[in-house]
Amino acid sequence: MSTSIPAVPPAPAPAAGPKVNRLGLPVTDYQGAKSTLCAGCGHDVITNTIISALWEMGVEPYRVAKMSGIGCSSKTTNYFLNRSWGFNAVHGRMPAVATGALLANRNLISIGVSGDGDTAAIGMGQFVHLLRRNVPMVYLCENNGVYGLTKGQFSPTADYGSKLKSGVVNDLPAVDLCAMAIELGCGFVARSFSADRKQLLQVLRAAVAHRGLAFIDVISPCVTFNDHPGSTKSYDYGRANEKPIHELGFVPTWEKATEEVDVPAGGVMDVEMPNGGTIKIRKLERDFDPRDKVAALNLLRECHDKKEFLTGLFYVDPQAPNFIDLLDLGPAALATLPQSKVRPSKAVLDQINDELR
Amino acid sequence: MPQTATPASPSSGVRAPIVNDCSIQVATVNGSGSQTANNTLLRAIFQMGIPVSGKNLFPSNISGLPTWFTIRVNKHGYVARRKEIDILVCMNSDTAVEDVKNAPVGAAVVYDETLGLEKHRADLVFYPVPFQRLVKECCPEAKLRKLVVNMLYVGVVAHLLEIDVAEVTKALQKAFATKPKAFELNKAAVEAGLAFARASLVKRDPFKVARMDRTAGKILVDGNSAAALGCMFAGVTVVTWYPITPSSSLCETLIDYMKEHRVDPDTGKATFAIVQAEDELAAVGMALGAGWAGARAMTSTAGPGISLMNEFIGLGYYAEVPTVIFDVQRTGPSTGLPTRTMQGDVLKTAYASHGDCKHPCLYPSDVNEAYEFAQAAFDLAEELQTPVFVLSDLDLGMNLWMSEPFAYPDKPLARGKVLDDAGVAAMKDWGRYKDVDGDGVPYRTLPGTPGDGKGAYFTRGSGHDEYGRYTESGATYVRNLDRIGRKIDLIKTKGPAPVVDVQGAKLGLLAYGTTHWAIVEARDQLKAEKALATDYCRVRAFPFSDEIRAFVAAHDHVYVVEQNRDAQMLGMLRMEYPELATKMRSVRHYNGLPVDARSVTDEIVRLESNPVASNGAR
Repeated sequence: MSTSIPAVPPAPAPAAGPKVNRLGLPVTDYQGAKSTLCAGCGHDVITNTIISALWEMGVEPYRVAKMSGIGCSSKTTNYFLNRSWGFNAVHGRMPAVATGALLANRNLISIGVSGDGDTAAIGMGQFVHLLRRNVPMVYLCENNGVYGLTKGQFSPTADYGSKLKSGVVNDLPAVDLCAMAIELGCGFVARSFSADRKQLLQVLRAAVAHRGLAFIDVISPCVTFNDHPGSTKSYDYGRANEKPIHELGFVPTWEKATEEVDVPAGGVMDVEMPNGGTIKIRKLERDFDPRDKVAALNLLRECHDKKEFLTGLFYVDPQAPNFIDLLDLGPAALATLPQSKVRPSKAVLDQINDELR
Repeated sequence: MPQTATPASPSSGVRAPIVNDCSIQVATVNGSGSQTANNTLLRAIFQMGIPVSGKNLFPSNISGLPTWFTIRVNKHGYVARRKEIDILVCMNSDTAVEDVKNAPVGAAVVYDETLGLEKHRADLVFYPVPFQRLVKECCPEAKLRKLVVNMLYVGVVAHLLEIDVAEVTKALQKAFATKPKAFELNKAAVEAGLAFARASLVKRDPFKVARMDRTAGKILVDGNSAAALGCMFAGVTVVTWYPITPSSSLCETLIDYMKEHRVDPDTGKATFAIVQAEDELAAVGMALGAGWAGARAMTSTAGPGISLMNEFIGLGYYAEVPTVIFDVQRTGPSTGLPTRTMQGDVLKTAYASHGDCKHPCLYPSDVNEAYEFAQAAFDLAEELQTPVFVLSDLDLGMNLWMSEPFAYPDKPLARGKVLDDAGVAAMKDWGRYKDVDGDGVPYRTLPGTPGDGKGAYFTRGSGHDEYGRYTESGATYVRNLDRIGRKIDLIKTKGPAPVVDVQGAKLGLLAYGTTHWAIVEARDQLKAEKALATDYCRVRAFPFSDEIRAFVAAHDHVYVVEQNRDAQMLGMLRMEYPELATKMRSVRHYNGLPVDARSVTDEIVRLESNPVASNGAR
């Protein structure tokens, strides 16, 4: 995020009524329209996890801009945060629209939701430049390896050798969006699994606290077109093969005292986030430091060769300068600067006219 | 020894002087630094109070290919391109022979003596100049000679035309204001050219200039700079662009101006964001994202960029997002002639994108309109909540034009119907796309508006109802699309009105953009040479104002003059006014050069004497 999470004191718990977050808002204030996706779609789990994460993090709904492209995943921005603005742009071009919105108002908290076709096929060009610019937003790719709305064609993230329902085998290599993101300078790169809601929630909480682009590739099975034997993006395949590289939890500054958060026990590595809060990481089998870029790239290369399904926070660089910082803007949104700030004086025009004589 | 290279010709007697009416064409190799020399000549004449215009005909190339710069001097103030060249300056051996062969009888030729051009024509006036010897004498540094040699012809031409040397020096001072050493070097070259011409050339052509008072207080500027200034004074805050000829200098000039004048003096922070995007799709996408979030946002491009932007433009239209798109038109289709001019995107922009789309388009004719329409475009985009096009072209954008100084805007920025949280609460049952006022323009809210999100809505390019909710209802779709159509039609009254000159003639002329300058002159030619009186309507905006319909209806027939093959504006007029379709005839010019008056006059005379010919001419 481009600006820090406001230091709002925890709201006093009301004597009765629903549980509220630090802004005093119940979780229902973070909900959206009813989903129209297929029953059991991985995307709906992600939607609900986004709701939980933003509610728990106490993000003001009015500051959130929900950005998306075209596809099943892109529809989901309508299914959370009814009290936030949403923009369902054109196919593959959400990054440009999201970038423009942040240029206009740097105080927006931008949550982008895209899919594997939207990101890795038609939108690859824009996605690459979003990474390169380190635009401060959360970008989720709800990755199921197929085009759902057009009835199940392969997307570029389908694994080599993966099978469609019709028996067609993918004979092209998959795009690894996480490796690409790290390579291009993204300072927060994670992969998760929609069936691993516990991990996804913590990744999302940490992503909201990041100052640059937070990219999360979420494997999210398509129950209609890609949930069969032979698919590497099915629930069964995911459940059998997911290997978290570590356990992680995110502790925002204001929660330290309350210890409500689920902190991994044992050998914990702390990554401090400049906007407030700490990512707590507990090692599992591997000795892996997500602040080490080369290690992250090696890990992804290795898991590609071994056909492993690794999840977790692959890379984090909390200090990477983001695009908005580079523009040297003031704290106020450009969009609402008054005329006195944006129209130079008559003296300036007189001077320019003189220069042109 | 006097130069007498010109053989006697039948017309070699002394001709009567022709004062303040000539065209000078300087042929050079691009990348040779001749632009400063050409601008010095142009500016010196301008400073003498004589109306002048300059047009650069350059290749799509970094260096080494032919380029021609034409300066037209005209006491009447005609600034359109003129086909005939009176004074040729041949600095490019590759084109010199061809240039000389094409010159009209009696033209003067300044050239390097080693080219031996005098043997190609007997009916021109030749002024051979030993450029290489002179430049060696006046410029000791060998590596600078390639640049400095151009100032020699400035001196020679100044002598031949009797340009005031003090004005040449003043123009040089302006060009080298911060480089005293370069100033001295260039001044020495001008003086060497003058001295040579004075001592060695005998004036045998009739062309000269004499001081007038027609340029006092005026400025000299190109249309891209003028548009950039308009954007800055319109309070633009987000600029997203991708480099493309001939539009790049619009954003580049804007960057310079904004860095100088739009950094908040209180905080030292920028009041703008300018981003070079990865392509035109991203450029317009960012501009729309910024417009959606409430910024005055723009992009600038040329035809190929417009083609790429089409999908996004439709989103902007249907989701009702303000943004401003400058199209500095060049010669298409495809890559076309990237450094030549055309009014080739008129039809494409008016109806850009799939489905039913119709976009407000503004057509500036001069630098002052480039400045003013830039400002109007931002107001209209926000008032109508839609992308607005400003259609300039290479001729306007990249050439130097005389103009009255820019006027300071006298109206506040019109930011359109934007509600805050309280405004939404006050309006019962607000909906993003509800037509509350009956003008088709709904009330919008901006993401990030402080409050509890009462004005939050979902923006989409898919079917939506008055509340922005997804719908596939046919009735809702029709209601919404019709409302958008009504909204866009507001341009008919809110956009710049046509400029109409009606003197009761039977014959009407209709044009737009830079074609205007050829029309001004062609009308005088038609009157003087053929006693043909014409009325004139200059279109400045689309959708067309009712005055345009009235103009066409009031005349026996109307010639629509434009710079494209397919009579694009005529096609639009016929679509809008089917009942008047047969009244309109077409005059077109599309060889990549700015249209000249003679071409227009000749074509109208031809069609007037043979009306049947017009039937085939669209």
